[in-house]
Amino acid sequence: MAPIMQVVFDALSLGSLYALGALGIALIFGVMRLVNFAHGDVIAFCVFALLWPSVDAVAIIFAGNLPWFLLIPFTLAVGAGLSVLSEVVVFRRFRRANPATMMIASFALGFVIRYFLLMLFSSRPKSISLLPGLSQPVELLGARIPLLQLITILVTIAVLIGLTAFLRRTRFGLEMRAAAENFTMARMLGVRANRVIMGAFALSGALAAAIALILGSQTGTANIMMGASVMLMAFIATVIGGMGSLAGAVIAGFALGAIATVMQVILPPDARAFRDAFVYGAVILVLIFRPQGLLAARGTKERV
Amino acid sequence: MSLVSLSNVSVRYGRLTAVRGVTFTLAEGEILFITGPNGAGKSSLLRAIAGVTPPAGGRIDFADHDITGRAPEDIARLGLSMVPEGRDVFGSLTIEENLMVGTGMHARERSWKARAANELEAVYATFPILKERRHTQAGLLSGGQQQMLVIGRALMTNPRLVAIDEPSLGLAPNITDQVYERLITLRAERRLTLLIVEQSSTRAMMVGGRMMLMRGGEILLDGDARALGQSEAMQAAYFGYGEH
Repeated sequence: MAPIMQVVFDALSLGSLYALGALGIALIFGVMRLVNFAHGDVIAFCVFALLWPSVDAVAIIFAGNLPWFLLIPFTLAVGAGLSVLSEVVVFRRFRRANPATMMIASFALGFVIRYFLLMLFSSRPKSISLLPGLSQPVELLGARIPLLQLITILVTIAVLIGLTAFLRRTRFGLEMRAAAENFTMARMLGVRANRVIMGAFALSGALAAAIALILGSQTGTANIMMGASVMLMAFIATVIGGMGSLAGAVIAGFALGAIATVMQVILPPDARAFRDAFVYGAVILVLIFRPQGLLAARGTKERV
Repeated sequence: MSLVSLSNVSVRYGRLTAVRGVTFTLAEGEILFITGPNGAGKSSLLRAIAGVTPPAGGRIDFADHDITGRAPEDIARLGLSMVPEGRDVFGSLTIEENLMVGTGMHARERSWKARAANELEAVYATFPILKERRHTQAGLLSGGQQQMLVIGRALMTNPRLVAIDEPSLGLAPNITDQVYERLITLRAERRLTLLIVEQSSTRAMMVGGRMMLMRGGEILLDGDARALGQSEAMQAAYFGYGEH
């Protein structure tokens, strides 16, 4: 029993990370058809924002020493701020460009952020201890899991509930859903394009910051490339979920987490190193049979 | 006092010119039909007025503001409600949510729903079927119901001008009758100004009002709908007789 629950918790916490990442990508794709490849670098930036610039192997914790009730809002604000800044400085200029151009612009922006961090911190991974109390294990349903894993799952559930309530109950949420489906029509009803898009970027950036906090505490290292692997899986989750479908992105994120965790367990030890190849194989199979994604987003109308 | 005035407006898509130097004014309370064959530039003209496709040249004024090149949301906020071709409902939103999208622009967040409630009841009174199915996803409605929904949604913003692109497109004639009947009543009740694009002049002749004929991106005829509809000039201009 215990090992099964262990696997379930592993799958849920890994899936949570992918789901949060996929949501951040799907939110922006929904309103402006931009696949934001800079998302992973926003994650890394949020972690490094907690450190003092230095090229040493041991990090000089700066904002990271704040108590949690200040640390969390600070990091979320950094993520949201950087994300909104990237929209105002970069993506706004590409509003009428085609999606491929915007995608390449997002690659470029990602490199700018990454090399900015490289300049200040060097490429060496740094050890950090973020929210140290969270690594102690807790007993739950016969499984021994780190407290952080539990919190990750709970935070993700809270984020999902909060986001759903926001999208369903508030005016801004309604405008965002309308804009995601048919941006031009929403504008013709007086919905302010810039506000909706900036809102989507702020939410997406805050989600990136949440991932940064979880990853930073989980791995205990700050690495310039740390956002990249989550970002790749999150991107795949948005594709499988049906680009732009938020529900699809979340479901696919959890599904990928589950597949990856289960494969880790059932694959013969020799094959475990190639786990990701099997995961991507499963992805290819899904896309062969459902090229539009699990939940195809409605309103893939052309926008002006 | 004119509500809308266009002077020498042209619209281009790349090297293709869809509208060539169109000039006209529309008075408050007037009803204007723009008719013409496929590809005449009717929809492009409407999209230019709504700000979706900024005009390549000329000037558009609405409600004493120069709206040339302004964003669609700014123009909507001045009181121009556009119902584009093909009934753009938000399919995954419910009917009520669809109606509510346009109401945000006049109210602050807290008073939003309360302020929209009156408008909502008025629209439901006009289109009872919408009230009956208020929590249904809009994508599941029939074509006629969707057309009523988009007209209702346009009214929710309390507009001065409603511009509708082909309200009869894809609808059975008796449903089109219903849609027009409601439009005419609404116009009388609210002193609405209506700008309606239709391919054929039949509707314009039934309803009456002013009619313009567009072809090749230009306005060829402008006059009383009934008189113009019966004239030979209309036939000739519509089909382009006597040009070769």
